[in-house]
Amino acid sequence: MRKVVVPALAVLAAIGLVASIHAVFFDAPLQYGLDDTGRLNGSSLFFNQKIFYFHVAHAFVLFTAVFVAGVSSIGFLATRDARWDDVASASTDVAVAFGAVVLATGSIWAKAAWDVWWNWEPRLTMSLLLWLILVGYVLVRRFAGPSADRVAAGMAIFGMVGVPFIYAMVGQDSHPASGRNGVVATLGPGMRGAFWLSVATFYVWFAALVLLRISGTRAERELRELRERGLDLGVLS
Amino acid sequence: MSLVSHAARVAWKDLRIELRSLEIFATMAFFSALIVVIYSFAFPRQAGGAAGSVPGMLWTAIAFTGTIALGRAFDRERENDTMRALLLAPVPRLAVFLGKALAMAVLVLAVAVVAVPLLAVFLSVPLFDHALELVLVIVLGAVGIAVVGSVFAATLLKVRSRDVLLPVILYPLLIPLFVAGTKATAALLATPANLEAAWYWIEFVGIYDAVFLVLSIWVFESLVIE
Repeated sequence: MRKVVVPALAVLAAIGLVASIHAVFFDAPLQYGLDDTGRLNGSSLFFNQKIFYFHVAHAFVLFTAVFVAGVSSIGFLATRDARWDDVASASTDVAVAFGAVVLATGSIWAKAAWDVWWNWEPRLTMSLLLWLILVGYVLVRRFAGPSADRVAAGMAIFGMVGVPFIYAMVGQDSHPASGRNGVVATLGPGMRGAFWLSVATFYVWFAALVLLRISGTRAERELRELRERGLDLGVLS
Repeated sequence: MSLVSHAARVAWKDLRIELRSLEIFATMAFFSALIVVIYSFAFPRQAGGAAGSVPGMLWTAIAFTGTIALGRAFDRERENDTMRALLLAPVPRLAVFLGKALAMAVLVLAVAVVAVPLLAVFLSVPLFDHALELVLVIVLGAVGIAVVGSVFAATLLKVRSRDVLLPVILYPLLIPLFVAGTKATAALLATPANLEAAWYWIEFVGIYDAVFLVLSIWVFESLVIE
């Protein structure tokens, strides 16, 4: 099944990427910052706002991945079924890449809008902290030896539970708002379609990569188990 | 015997080992003194005093000494594979975990008791103007470090690179606690002290502790059992 699903999702993501680039750059209107009297207020949210469509889509995926990893780690610890662990590991691996995109696009936008690459603004900080947890997870997986799966599962669960604390800790600041009055909820009519198309595209892309990665982690695990069995039987040395 | 007395027994065992050798306490107290000295060189002592950086110094010192102490304390259980014996003991594993965490919290606090006065003296900051709040936030911080730290130090027991991995795991997870502790301390040191903000962050650390204590109790057993 995977031989069909992964290429299908990848093709879908490729079409979606072309379509969302078209929608973002040709259909969606430019964002202008207007003051109360309706005049341009000199905000730099003009063309560089286009990066928002990709930045926020990746950030959505990053959050989703943290929860996918946390929930499947709970499944792993509860059932000791290594297939759960494959999902957690694969989703974290891919999420590290998506998180890197979030941080990079956020930095590029910050340079254009605020003229600094990094300013410890709350949501930047929050993405960075989530990303650090994911990178820590990957390091643990790689270097914690035989108990890597359990240690990493614990880290994924603790990381997931820590998300609200990180959110409460960083508070609110100058980042474009989120929530009911936030940027996403108040997008102009021409932008809404482009935005959700972009979000859907990157979710499909994420799913394709995770499924692909799961086959990789599963193959690695099965090879390891076979090797251990061979060692136990004395066939391998 | 009840859960509490089992846990107390495990904790007392660890603390008695420590009291007899003072290995961790002596080295960590010295290490935290060194950190304070290094910090007082690293941060320029401007006219207004170093009050602005003291909260960060205090909590980084607690973070550094805490993780090293945790690693070393759990190493003792590894040397003769006594962790296995502890887990096989006919008591609830919850009691083992709570006892370990309690002993760790006491150890982290003991080191903080050395570091805080040193900071107050060397950097001449009025850390004790609001002693009650300061003690409370440090106690809560130590409990949080001990709880999360005990789970992972116990799980990493058999891992070769555990000394490196423990901070790799703990620091990202504990950042909210360290930041909240730093902000609470900064609010207490402000002139005039911002008690409202301090209490907000103290409550934050308290809730963090409660949530992660419950979570640790849930996952401890499935993490340490192979």
